[in-house]
Amino acid sequence: MRRVWGIIILLGFLIAVSACSQEEDATADGDSTITYAYWDKNQEDMLKGIVQEFNQEYPNIHVKLELTPYDQYFTKLDAAATGGGLPDVFWMNGPNFVKYASNDMLEPINEYIEEDNLDLSPYPEGLLGLYQYEKTTYALPKDYDTVGLWYNKELFDKAGVSYPDETWKWEDLVDASKKLTNPDKDIYGVAAYIQDAQASYFNTILANNGYVISEDKKESGFDDPNTIEGLQKYHDLIHKHEVSPTHAQMETTEAASMFESGKVAMLFQASYMIPQFKANEYTNANVDVALLPEMKKRANVIHGLGNVIAKNSANKAAAWEFVKFLSSEKAATMQAESGIIPAYEGTQDAWLKSTPNFNLQAFLDMAEVAEPYPVSKDTDKWSSIIQDNLAKAWSGQMTVEEASEVIDKEMEKVLEEE
Amino acid sequence: MDIKKQKSTLRKNDMYWGYLFIAPTLLGLLIFYIFPVFQTFFYSFNDWGDFGSYSWSGLENYEEMFANPEIWDSFRNTLIYAFVMVPISIAISIIVAVLLNQKIKGLTFYRTLFFLPVVTMPAAIGMIWKWLYNADYGIINHILGWFSIPGPDWLTDPNWVLISIIIVGTWGAIGTNMVILLSGLQGIPKSLYEAASLDGAGPTYSFFKITLPLLSPTIFFVAVISFISAFQVFDFIFMMVSPTNPAIDSAQSVIYLFYHYAFVIGEKGIAAAIAFVLFLVILVLTILQFRLQKRWVHYE
Repeated sequence: MRRVWGIIILLGFLIAVSACSQEEDATADGDSTITYAYWDKNQEDMLKGIVQEFNQEYPNIHVKLELTPYDQYFTKLDAAATGGGLPDVFWMNGPNFVKYASNDMLEPINEYIEEDNLDLSPYPEGLLGLYQYEKTTYALPKDYDTVGLWYNKELFDKAGVSYPDETWKWEDLVDASKKLTNPDKDIYGVAAYIQDAQASYFNTILANNGYVISEDKKESGFDDPNTIEGLQKYHDLIHKHEVSPTHAQMETTEAASMFESGKVAMLFQASYMIPQFKANEYTNANVDVALLPEMKKRANVIHGLGNVIAKNSANKAAAWEFVKFLSSEKAATMQAESGIIPAYEGTQDAWLKSTPNFNLQAFLDMAEVAEPYPVSKDTDKWSSIIQDNLAKAWSGQMTVEEASEVIDKEMEKVLEEE
Repeated sequence: MDIKKQKSTLRKNDMYWGYLFIAPTLLGLLIFYIFPVFQTFFYSFNDWGDFGSYSWSGLENYEEMFANPEIWDSFRNTLIYAFVMVPISIAISIIVAVLLNQKIKGLTFYRTLFFLPVVTMPAAIGMIWKWLYNADYGIINHILGWFSIPGPDWLTDPNWVLISIIIVGTWGAIGTNMVILLSGLQGIPKSLYEAASLDGAGPTYSFFKITLPLLSPTIFFVAVISFISAFQVFDFIFMMVSPTNPAIDSAQSVIYLFYHYAFVIGEKGIAAAIAFVLFLVILVLTILQFRLQKRWVHYE
């Protein structure tokens, strides 16, 4: 028995060793190979094109693309980080960034930027801020999403209300919603949903001069009167003005579905919904998008992906060249043509032209008044605290103030432990 | 040579062969079931950090777990679910199995029909029932509307949500139970029924005096596995009831909460504590069932 096991284990080693040596073969004679991990299958062809372009300039750097579906992406990345086998370059998002940066898994790129005199002015500031941890930059922005006010032109025309525009204040939205709401036909002026924080209440908090988390990531913003008021105004759309479906209704039928079936006239939604609204015949013909209305100011959250380099990458120089290229004007233009908002300013024209019947310029304008998506090391922990308690406020089990008080207390406990 | 000694070497030899034959199953069991049980027990005393790091924290996880009122809610929901769903589903399964044990037209069709939920993905089941239950546009409330019955908010009303979940659970459990019970029914000798009918026993009398007693070992087996799986209910609840649902406190099961701790907020230590407590509850319940079986299970 023991001998059999011995042979099996030996065989295992042999296979492992030969696999390793094979990989090294490929990187001999001055060439280097880097892996690039990402999660969106839809971007595969576009990324392949970018790699091709990259190889015209750097024929010695081979890029191996590694696709993992989003559902498993961070589980796999976590395991890879634990075992010290992170890909050289990979996609990063806001909620996970601080965890990786604070655990020393990512290569700081400040020095590379200085050395190469890289101009950062084409990237939105909110987006660069998202990938800074303790004043150190870790990623170059790839793309971004901002939030706009989508509206149904057909319902506006029927109710004789003029379309939202850049002059709209919050009160205009409330007034228009009242005129648009028609209880007999189950039509509502606006959907004040909370299921997607990024597209919904984060924006009213910011526009009301409030904040979700302090800049040093030590304090919750939920004890700030502005934050609470920003939430309250959004909450009022359901409970005071009664111009929105109830929380329970939007829990059974998604707000976006109601918008798509013409039951809701206005909707806060991010630019990532463009493909969906474009694919739906009804919305493609009948809806458009405008700037979010002003509260104390005009604001919204911006979130985008960043390309990061692993701290223990064996080919940091090659990885940096690739990261730089991925965020270059050329790569940005290629992304724009494929329908993604590139982070590089001035390359978005191709993207605007990709869907001429929507006023996509609104999303670019919103980027100028955007603030980084709120994150800290344990983003998931306090996000779920916020969601759970706001859900109780939205369904009427507690007031917005009570919910905010609970959130503030529990969120600070999480932040203290970070 | 001493005969006794010779015998024992022979037996030893046999033993090695025996072990060799059960080795593949045993190894799988050890690696994938037994070892993780101890691992979970160990992790439940550790504070989980980023990237697989952990540090000893004593009973902290258990303290934090029991301090959360949601754990009591989730145990209450799971207990209600198990103790309502299991008896109902077994009762229906017995009736269905007896009916499908007759010679009727389209037998295979009906058997397939009842077994279908078992081979359907739980995620798909959750999605479909979510549509059926939709308070505003769902088929169920639409049909109730024909009779002017105002349908409830099946999935968002705290008074209804657990009932909705029990209905789906029962519907999904009938298939497996039915197949096991059918095989039990076919083991009952026909001669008993013939003898009974000669003595003038009707079908109802035969059912209670022959079928049920002789089926009781199978029913016992079905009850044990049903309770175990009922305590682990998760997937279709997860699909139908989101964390922002106003009725979440009346809907979430123990494993739902476990999932929240382990995979949503990354507190794997507390999740391990929950899993371990659930393991103990299931263990006690199963032991109880084995104790109580003497009172109602008839072995031939």
